[in-house]
Amino acid sequence: MSTELNLTLQVWRQAAPDAPGSFVTYEAKNIPDDSSFLEMLDIVNEGLIDNDVEPIEFPHDCREGICGTCGVMINGRAHGQERATATCQLHMRKFSDGDTIAIEPWRAAAFPVIKDLIVDRSPMDKIIQAGGYITAPTGTGGDANDTLIPKEVAESAMDAAACIGCGACIAACPNSAGQLFTSAKLWHLNSLPQGQPERFTRTESMVDTMEQFFGACTNHGECAEACPKEISLDFIAYMNGDYIKAKIKNRSRSSQ
Amino acid sequence: MILDSKVPSGPIEDAWDSHRFDIKLVNPANKRRFKIIVVGTGLAGASAAATFGELGYEVDAFTFHDSPRRAHSIAAQGGINAAKNYRNDGDSIYRLFYDTVKGGDYRSREANVYRLSQVSVNIIDQMASQGVPFAREYGGLLANRSFGGAQVSRTFYARGQTGQQLLLGAYQQMMAQVNAGKVNLHTNQEMLEVVTKDGEAHGIVTRDLNTGQVRSHSAHAVVLATGGYGNVFYLSTNAMACNVTAAWRAHRKGALFANPCYTQIHPTCIPQADEFQSKLTLMSESLRNDGRIWVPRNADETRKAKDIPEDERYYYLEEKYPAFGNLVPRDVASRNAKTVVDAGQGVGPLKNGVYLDFASAIGRDGKDTIEERYGNLFEMYERITGEDPYSTPMRIYPASHYTMGGLWVDYNLQTNIPGLYAAGEANFSDHGANRLGASALMQGLADGYFVLPYTIGDSLAAKLGTDPMSTADPAFQEAEKAVQDRTQHFLGIGGTKSPDYYHRELGKVVWEHIGMARNEAGLTTAISEIKAIREAFWNDVKVLGNGDSLNSSLEKVGRVADFMELGELMARDALDRSESCGGHFREESQTEEGEALRRDDVFSHVSAWEWQGDVNTPQIKHKEELEFEYVALSQRSYK
Amino acid sequence: MSLPTTTPRNSGDLPMRDKPRQLPFPLSIYQSAVGKKWVMAITGFILVGFVLAHMIGNLKLYLGLVEHNGALAYDTDLYAEALRELLVPIMPRLVVLWILRIGLLGALLLHIHSAYTLSRMSLASDFKYQGKRDFLAANFASRSMRVTGPIVALYLVFHLADLTLGFGIATGEFVRGDVYANVVYSLGRPVVAIGYIIANIAVAIHIYHGIWSAFQSLGINNPKYNYLRRLAAKAVAGIILVGNVSFPIAVLANIISL
Repeated sequence: MSTELNLTLQVWRQAAPDAPGSFVTYEAKNIPDDSSFLEMLDIVNEGLIDNDVEPIEFPHDCREGICGTCGVMINGRAHGQERATATCQLHMRKFSDGDTIAIEPWRAAAFPVIKDLIVDRSPMDKIIQAGGYITAPTGTGGDANDTLIPKEVAESAMDAAACIGCGACIAACPNSAGQLFTSAKLWHLNSLPQGQPERFTRTESMVDTMEQFFGACTNHGECAEACPKEISLDFIAYMNGDYIKAKIKNRSRSSQ
Repeated sequence: MILDSKVPSGPIEDAWDSHRFDIKLVNPANKRRFKIIVVGTGLAGASAAATFGELGYEVDAFTFHDSPRRAHSIAAQGGINAAKNYRNDGDSIYRLFYDTVKGGDYRSREANVYRLSQVSVNIIDQMASQGVPFAREYGGLLANRSFGGAQVSRTFYARGQTGQQLLLGAYQQMMAQVNAGKVNLHTNQEMLEVVTKDGEAHGIVTRDLNTGQVRSHSAHAVVLATGGYGNVFYLSTNAMACNVTAAWRAHRKGALFANPCYTQIHPTCIPQADEFQSKLTLMSESLRNDGRIWVPRNADETRKAKDIPEDERYYYLEEKYPAFGNLVPRDVASRNAKTVVDAGQGVGPLKNGVYLDFASAIGRDGKDTIEERYGNLFEMYERITGEDPYSTPMRIYPASHYTMGGLWVDYNLQTNIPGLYAAGEANFSDHGANRLGASALMQGLADGYFVLPYTIGDSLAAKLGTDPMSTADPAFQEAEKAVQDRTQHFLGIGGTKSPDYYHRELGKVVWEHIGMARNEAGLTTAISEIKAIREAFWNDVKVLGNGDSLNSSLEKVGRVADFMELGELMARDALDRSESCGGHFREESQTEEGEALRRDDVFSHVSAWEWQGDVNTPQIKHKEELEFEYVALSQRSYK
Repeated sequence: MSLPTTTPRNSGDLPMRDKPRQLPFPLSIYQSAVGKKWVMAITGFILVGFVLAHMIGNLKLYLGLVEHNGALAYDTDLYAEALRELLVPIMPRLVVLWILRIGLLGALLLHIHSAYTLSRMSLASDFKYQGKRDFLAANFASRSMRVTGPIVALYLVFHLADLTLGFGIATGEFVRGDVYANVVYSLGRPVVAIGYIIANIAVAIHIYHGIWSAFQSLGINNPKYNYLRRLAAKAVAGIILVGNVSFPIAVLANIISL
């Protein structure tokens, strides 16, 4: 049988991007411990609406850990204390009765708060737009089995491609660097045979775009710890290597 | 109204080729003179927008998410079918076609399904060339698995995240076109009106979810790729934001809504734990390969599962269907679960589930083998429920998962409104009354990559030399005003209950009466109950905040309002179709063994409903007769 | 024919900073943060190499007086002279030493410049959390790089003034070329010895994160051998710490004395 929890929440409330924000304290009463963290917020919101208080806006959608919409700072940790778990998959049984929980939006200068706990993550799309694709117009591919890909290579690409684009890596980084997100997409595409022709232009372009929005990596490793999909820091090293190669190769190409 | 499906005549094998030859083409140099709006950036929307852009059209793509990558296609787990026959196990385009028509319980259009099977092959080629990391064999070839009871291995997959990888592929391809300037991407924009004039579609009106700004967008053609309406049940495996609003707005402008009663219920989801649960999580169907489904024989059972002796357990699927046992199709498994739970034999704190027990499998194959097969699923289950499925049986219950019904479209995927197209789950076209596993991804991508890019040219060619209608036209101004008025109206009701409250109330009725099993009395009750809820809703809903900034209650309230109307239409359609077929089970129409009984003489047609101008006048039904020239009609049996 | 246009929403869309105009290769590498990190890693390795060699050279302090050309001389002084005479007679005296010094100084300046500009970039990109952070991976070493770096730099200035240039600080006792005596005198002052110890702890902390980080920045990565990167960082930082800290202690304990 599920038990119920009574909690104190400190939630960041901010009406608009340029409005001042602050932590507001709410009591969360009778929260079933089977509910997820987001359902806990649903319950609190129902109570707020009953009392004519505007509900807390928080990011969420699929609630099964794959869409990457959700994500808040819970007690100073991106997605909360559970490893490899997105906020929507964090359940209240991981908390104790009487806990105080501080909830804050992702913070980065390039992630302006839209409202309360929701931030604008469009820079991540800009990075993909800069080269996070393989140019293969519809209908141009040969038979799928014409290109053989060793199982290990496909698995490793999949490890990187598992990124859900939630932004926890950037939020957790003390420098607000976008390395883990960018390098995961780069490794996904750069490690596959199909991705080779554009490998170096892609790397250069995505890294340059990333640096227009985000900070510099100092190799804390905080990003990988925060990642709900356990994306590895190794991809950042691969990206760094490829970037220097790209600088050299792209130059030799353009001088031909 | 005569529904012209525009299905080409002649042998089905050549239909698509000859159709492509017959329809009009747009000269490559002229493509840039056409503007296309694509609403929705899931598999169908993103692949269509990308391909339109590559062909040279000017594309405006809209999503209400903060990024196109959030679309719910991302959550599909199992895989994508394609008639590649890489396993040399007898698969073919014809077999996939046959399986899909039969699986859809003979309620789909043969020519559409055949085309789907044909292009399924191209989809895999396309996705592989884009770097989708499909599972591979050690030799580097693509791996396949058999899925959803199919007798051939034709399903391609990328771990349990096939939908994610395919969506990211389509999204990336679209972002390349955004970069090339051919696709203009609009995020956080919800489409709230389709703009029509003289019976043709000319554009849409959107509301910016962050700023509340209402804007008009005009184009030569509008594509709706806005997904299904499974969230009408409130609890479903859909994402929280999934809704019917775009399709419903089109319906209210005259687009026919086809087969709304065809909904698919997935048998293996984690049951509801408490009243505040917001969504149900799907567990892969593959679990039924090794798990045994049972409930206690005694409805008052209080012991723990493992303490209940073997002879007091009711393995209802194994007893009733000795041949298929726990592997009966989704709808049969779902209905039987409902039967035992309704009989009070349900398990769990709310007595709302059945056991899926791995004890025998663990005893037979060892814990390690089971862990290797299902480790990640067991982990997910434990994360959500806090129970260890290795020692305690899982609890599962069916949940709404996919909707086969949708906007009526012809062979060109054009709705009955010229210039308005529907793709992916938003249309009704290919799955009939029931969808096969791993076919949703296939259909979304088929529509977006390989069907629409050709067929849209047919209507565009005639518009060469014309500009899209000006957004200053009264038609746009009226639509904008309608959106603004509706928004203001919701904010002004000042009632007592939240939109979620009404959504839950609606969901209870829909689930109870238009769920897994339906009957005349229940459906009649549903119609009147939904009406009552709708009236209460319009008088009593409470939306706080304003319309000038992000306000999720305001987003929600409009979607719930549309679900109310859709729910009623679902009930009417289900009531009208007094046969059982696929996902639609009418208790009045079953065989002596309790199996779904089709009535091909009366119901071998698509029911396409036409809006009558106001919410209190029931829609009128139009029929599109279905003919089966290739697949012989037969009744299913799983005994 | 013109098409009606619609503008996408723009807010987070706007970049924080413009893409710099590309300089000719290889300067273009240094225009990006990843490139700067690469330079920082290479110069870091050069500087670590120097610190390690410097520490090993200083171990000669323990050898005290040795016989040289029939006379007694401090081994350390001989070592210092040998450095001045590197590659003599192929090269004139002091030339190689100055080349090395200029190289080291260049590496140091690049290291500092890249650190400074990257820190500015990161500080501008970061938006501080208003609540308490709970770090999981970031450790004291990684988070204090911007503190240990300046400490080491300031100490370096003092150290050069004190023992290389003999400016002001050790006035009176300083004799150019009498390295051993200068060291004993300088570290014999408790305040200097303590400063030296503190600075070297900072050096070790800086190097511990720096070495691991440099491998990562250079893209030297193989999941199979990655544990060696941490191990190397610990080993080098530890050896340098023990070696360097031993000198002031030995001087104060009269193990190293005139």
